[in-house]
Amino acid sequence: MISAPDVVAFTKEEEFEDELCSEPPLPEEYSVPLFPFSGPSANPWSKVASSKFTRDFILISEFSEQVGPQPLLTIPDDAKVSGTFDLNYFSLRIMSVDYQASFVGHPPGCAYPKLNFVEDSKVVLGDSKEGAFAYVHHLTLYDLEARGFVRPFCMAYISADEHKIMQQFQELSAEFSKASECLKTGNRKAFASELEKKLKDLDYTRTVLHNETEIQKKSNDKGYYTTQAIEKANELASVEKSIIEHQDLLKQIRSYPYRKLKDSDFHPYEPECGLDQANVSCDQDLTTSDLAEPGETHLYAHVPSYTPKLIKAKSAKCFDKKLKTLEELCDIYFFTQTLDQLHQIERTFRGDVCYLLTNQISRALLKQQSITNFLFEDASFLEEKAPEKQYGGSQRFSQDVVNRKCLEESPTPKVVISLGSYKSSVECVPIKMEQEIEDSQEPKMTESITFEHQENLDYLDADIKGSISSGESIEVLGTEKSAPVLTKSESQASLPISPSPQVGRSKVGSRRTVSEDSIEVLSTCPSESLIPEDFKASYPSAINEEPYADDEEGGLRFSPKLNPDNADEQEGSSKQENLLQVDSACCIGKESPNFLEPLPDLGQKHCDEDGVVSIPPQPYRPAEQGLHGTFAGYHSHDSVSGGLLPYELDPRYLAGSRDVSKTSLDECSDSTSYISSAASTCSDRTPSPAHPIIPVNERHKKKAGQNALRFIRQYPFAHPAIYSLLSGRTLIVLGEDEAIVKKLVTALSIFVPNCGVYAKPVKHWVTSPLHIVDFQKWKLIGLQRMVSPAGVNMLHALSRYSRYVSILDADSKTLRCPLYKGTLVSRLADHRTQIKRGSTYYMHVQSILTQLCSKAFLFTFCHHLHLPISEREPEESVVNRRMNFLKLHLGLANEDIKIVQYLAELLKLQYIQEPGQGANPLLRFDYVPSFLYKI
Amino acid sequence: MLRWLIGGGREPQGLAEKSSVQTIGEEQIQNPYTELLVLKGHQDIVRFLVQIDDCRFASAGDDGIIFLWNAQTGEKLFELHGHTHKITAIAPFSLSDASGENNQLILTASADRTVIVWDCSSGKQIQKVSCFHSTVKCLTVLRRLDVWLSGGSDLCVWNQKLDLLCKTSHLTDAGISALVELPKNCVAAAVGKELIIFRLIDRPEGWNVLEVKRLVDHQDNILSLVSVNDLTFVTGSHVGELIVWDALDWTKQASECSFWDSSLHTDAQPEIKLSQSPNETSVQHLTSDEECVFAAVGKGIYVYNFQMKHVIACQKTAHDSSVLHIAKLPNRQLLSCSEDGSVRIWELREKQQLRAEPVPTGFFNMWGFGRANKQANQAAKKTQENTTMYFLELVGDLIGHSSAVQMFLYFGELGLATCSADHLIILWKNGEQESRLRSVTLFQKLAQNGGSQLKF
Repeated sequence: MISAPDVVAFTKEEEFEDELCSEPPLPEEYSVPLFPFSGPSANPWSKVASSKFTRDFILISEFSEQVGPQPLLTIPDDAKVSGTFDLNYFSLRIMSVDYQASFVGHPPGCAYPKLNFVEDSKVVLGDSKEGAFAYVHHLTLYDLEARGFVRPFCMAYISADEHKIMQQFQELSAEFSKASECLKTGNRKAFASELEKKLKDLDYTRTVLHNETEIQKKSNDKGYYTTQAIEKANELASVEKSIIEHQDLLKQIRSYPYRKLKDSDFHPYEPECGLDQANVSCDQDLTTSDLAEPGETHLYAHVPSYTPKLIKAKSAKCFDKKLKTLEELCDIYFFTQTLDQLHQIERTFRGDVCYLLTNQISRALLKQQSITNFLFEDASFLEEKAPEKQYGGSQRFSQDVVNRKCLEESPTPKVVISLGSYKSSVECVPIKMEQEIEDSQEPKMTESITFEHQENLDYLDADIKGSISSGESIEVLGTEKSAPVLTKSESQASLPISPSPQVGRSKVGSRRTVSEDSIEVLSTCPSESLIPEDFKASYPSAINEEPYADDEEGGLRFSPKLNPDNADEQEGSSKQENLLQVDSACCIGKESPNFLEPLPDLGQKHCDEDGVVSIPPQPYRPAEQGLHGTFAGYHSHDSVSGGLLPYELDPRYLAGSRDVSKTSLDECSDSTSYISSAASTCSDRTPSPAHPIIPVNERHKKKAGQNALRFIRQYPFAHPAIYSLLSGRTLIVLGEDEAIVKKLVTALSIFVPNCGVYAKPVKHWVTSPLHIVDFQKWKLIGLQRMVSPAGVNMLHALSRYSRYVSILDADSKTLRCPLYKGTLVSRLADHRTQIKRGSTYYMHVQSILTQLCSKAFLFTFCHHLHLPISEREPEESVVNRRMNFLKLHLGLANEDIKIVQYLAELLKLQYIQEPGQGANPLLRFDYVPSFLYKI
Repeated sequence: MLRWLIGGGREPQGLAEKSSVQTIGEEQIQNPYTELLVLKGHQDIVRFLVQIDDCRFASAGDDGIIFLWNAQTGEKLFELHGHTHKITAIAPFSLSDASGENNQLILTASADRTVIVWDCSSGKQIQKVSCFHSTVKCLTVLRRLDVWLSGGSDLCVWNQKLDLLCKTSHLTDAGISALVELPKNCVAAAVGKELIIFRLIDRPEGWNVLEVKRLVDHQDNILSLVSVNDLTFVTGSHVGELIVWDALDWTKQASECSFWDSSLHTDAQPEIKLSQSPNETSVQHLTSDEECVFAAVGKGIYVYNFQMKHVIACQKTAHDSSVLHIAKLPNRQLLSCSEDGSVRIWELREKQQLRAEPVPTGFFNMWGFGRANKQANQAAKKTQENTTMYFLELVGDLIGHSSAVQMFLYFGELGLATCSADHLIILWKNGEQESRLRSVTLFQKLAQNGGSQLKF
């Protein structure tokens, strides 16, 4: 039914060359080749010509079990965007990628239906016929009514530009992972509540059936069972089985590693309360089904009342029922969050790829200027480095919360006990630990792996491209990753030294070296345990079976038990990669707080945050129930670094999923063994933290640049006004019309240095009289001129504080401010500038300001300019030296010195500021006379 | 100045013109304060600033809260809550304990009729005394005797442990408005128009406080009381009388009863002066150095010289409204703050030519120089011309508060703290010096970090 997508090499070039030939030949001396696309309306950057849609868009499709692949929605939701592009056809294409082995409700050897925690997969597809290239992100959502309880979906970023998809793959993947994670979280919530309802139904049904049976028994005095009674008994049995199955499912979905996203963009509050609810309702389930803990019945009160229905033995036919929509599948809050995120993605990746790349490069460079970049750069640039500083605390905090929670509520799952004991099997885990036990083999291994890692990164790109032209959809970040890992694990398993388990466990926190294979431990929740694969291989006995006690918290845990079979399996796991559906996406736990782990320096400038396994494994306890742990190492992305630099060292998450398999008491068969699917990449990334800063978007920049350009051309006194801003003197834009004032403020705001990493000290519109505190806080203020007594007061306040402010009167077009005779501002704001576009001008300003920053930096950090060289040197000579430096070395004239001095003060303040406390805002001023400028 | 701003005639025109206050332009070369820090915290008028040690000060006001601040960084150290009404008096108090360590305390009196002792290092309330019958309006610590006095409707003497040693009988309902320590275990208390001298007697059987003398020379309420040295103290009253007293025998050494229209303007009409409202002539605050007493009288500032026994310099309208506090700085400068919300820096300069236009005489014309000569011919001059030989030159003003500046505290190198009815405290700093300090800090921090934070 589904054909393999044919991806044909992008062959348009030839046609264009023909076109070129048709151009009249130029004289030899002008033989700069004309741009081939120079048709009348051709945009040289537009490759969209061949495609049927006007711009990039995001498509969400579903592989419906009833009707097959179908498009659900596009972002932006505008018919014009997709144009004549055949969404149905394309959905079919993108959904046809068999990205995960399909799974069934009842895995072999397992009597119970299982939820498979499927990782997302990320694929790049191309369709030359349609002129469309797509980043496709597959994910599955749970639906109780669906086949195998899962519904496959995919989100695709569709662009006509192949390079864009390729080069932005990492970013796209990171962003889509975020969206997917959000969607899946919501889905799990919805699924859990659906299950709860179903359980209540079943419970009710059982009670009814039970009563009926009892009645029959009583009325039955014949000594043998009627067929009716047997039927009833069977029905009861099947209901009971169903209950157990559903309880099990519920447990699975709860135990689903529920990662606390650090990103409160997504769930500022949900996870906590979701957890609580889960716990509460879990307890209820126990009580309802088991009645072992009557004390907990009060918990009913918390739950919204739900009237259980009697469930008929036979369920509706598959095609009779209406499948839930995407919205119904997901908690509404998360659904809207996801849509927001997708819109955000669409906005982020809009435009030409070279623009995106330049942007990323400049961001990366700016990030390195950690001392000065706060001055003129958007706060949004800076927020990305915030995690390193902030995460520690918040994580620890949230971790504490969870720990406490775990301590408080660790109910023993009595139901489970009655079910007997289970065996668990161990998965292959692509984790690599640098053990502290010195081992001759180890460093070598490490090295080789890291090399491979790099190679992987290198040929990854090639691979992607190659396969695109070969017409096959590829699984990006595919199996290549797992291979080295496996060899590694083998070698580890055969390590001659095998310390005692205790040692091994205490070393769990040892350093990892290779980020590629690193894991992020997601929880310190007592219910979670984690044993690095290395140890498993070495100490099979120590990790025989892992207790399963307090799963109700939804903690991630797995008991890496290794029996010989398993070991074999592990070694041969590469063959089985695709068998396993790993969930790594979610863990109820938290990230371990001490993530900062420098990577081995491989010539990579960048050290990413890395995970350290800091959680000791769960103490050994006699098994009540085994479980299957699966690990999957996978990538997540630093959103900034992008495909630019080879340091895509992503925190890898160790994720595990617990699968409870039921076997007939004792016996060991580790029947179902799940191997990490290395084919799938991370479905998650470390989301950026919530930040009060609203990133200045492109449009804003453009508008500001345009307004600034207009201001410079219109007002001959633009220079002193800009000088005021640059030298830290508050500029007040006074006017009656709010729109005009705000426009001017926006225009001028690009010249305002930031006083800290927080938002710009710009206040667009003020109607109340100003106060000294305002000048301390704001450096650019739009002030309303009022024709009223209050207005007069305000003006008196202004005249009172006139020494601190420059005043630009927008109505009478005058400016009162100190004289400016420098040269710097004229370069910054030349009214005869040829620059026409706002964004260009904005960049021009940025570049000059960056120059200025570097001067200020030099000035600030030259020791002898501020401190005497020898102890006896008088202060005067230092002052002389300082002025000489400013004038001669930095080439500053007159008032320009004040600008650099002011910036230097800001740098100093920023640098010496203690991280904990906010800097006291200072107001610096000069006693200099002001002049009145008129047009 | 801002006429262009305000536009045609919407403004009450007279506002700027009506006062003949000396103004200084925006260019103030000698004004060192080019950086300010606004300290927010108080909810009501801040009336008192008191220095605790080299870098700390306390502020208190009508909200009943006392704040401790770091004068260097402007950091709020402590917020002391305990009083339910406005603070009426505050005094620093250093207690040396057995180990010889100096423990800085502050005493605060409030309209809730309590006095609280606070520990400045911990911000804790040490003790609270609430046995007063009236509001304590002044607090004085007598370091020589290790006691402190509280003055309300009566005068109480306390020791360091806050035991009441003795007290006077009920004096008046109005209560003691000012207290000053005099030699020989005496204190002078201003009670209404009267000045009462008390003597403290430390007998083995206990302390006693005796009324020694009542001085009734003032015509109106005594508003200010300041001790000049061991031999003299000065009082000023609401109607502008200034009396210099001998601190040992409590006799009047000199008085300047109507010095607002003193010899400066002999041609002025006395009726006009008399028609002035008492507020315009009341002696709000006095401060002194060895040679002169500086009086804030109405809107003006007057410098009275003990030797010459007359006003040697004055600025009759130093501010737009009443001057509330005045202080002499070591560098011949004078600071004044006023209800108009400004603080002004004055410099006392010598007039070289008599009866001629005042010519600034350069910056380092130290007052002390050539004093001997002056003294020699002062008498002659005085008889010849009744002109002052000095004048007050405005060298800078600090504008920041939007309401009356109640008080200020000069911290020398660290700058100046001002408190105001606009609930704010402003720390004024020397910008250049601060910049240098920041550089020092920066390089220290850089050295600590080993430059590792810098990624070049």
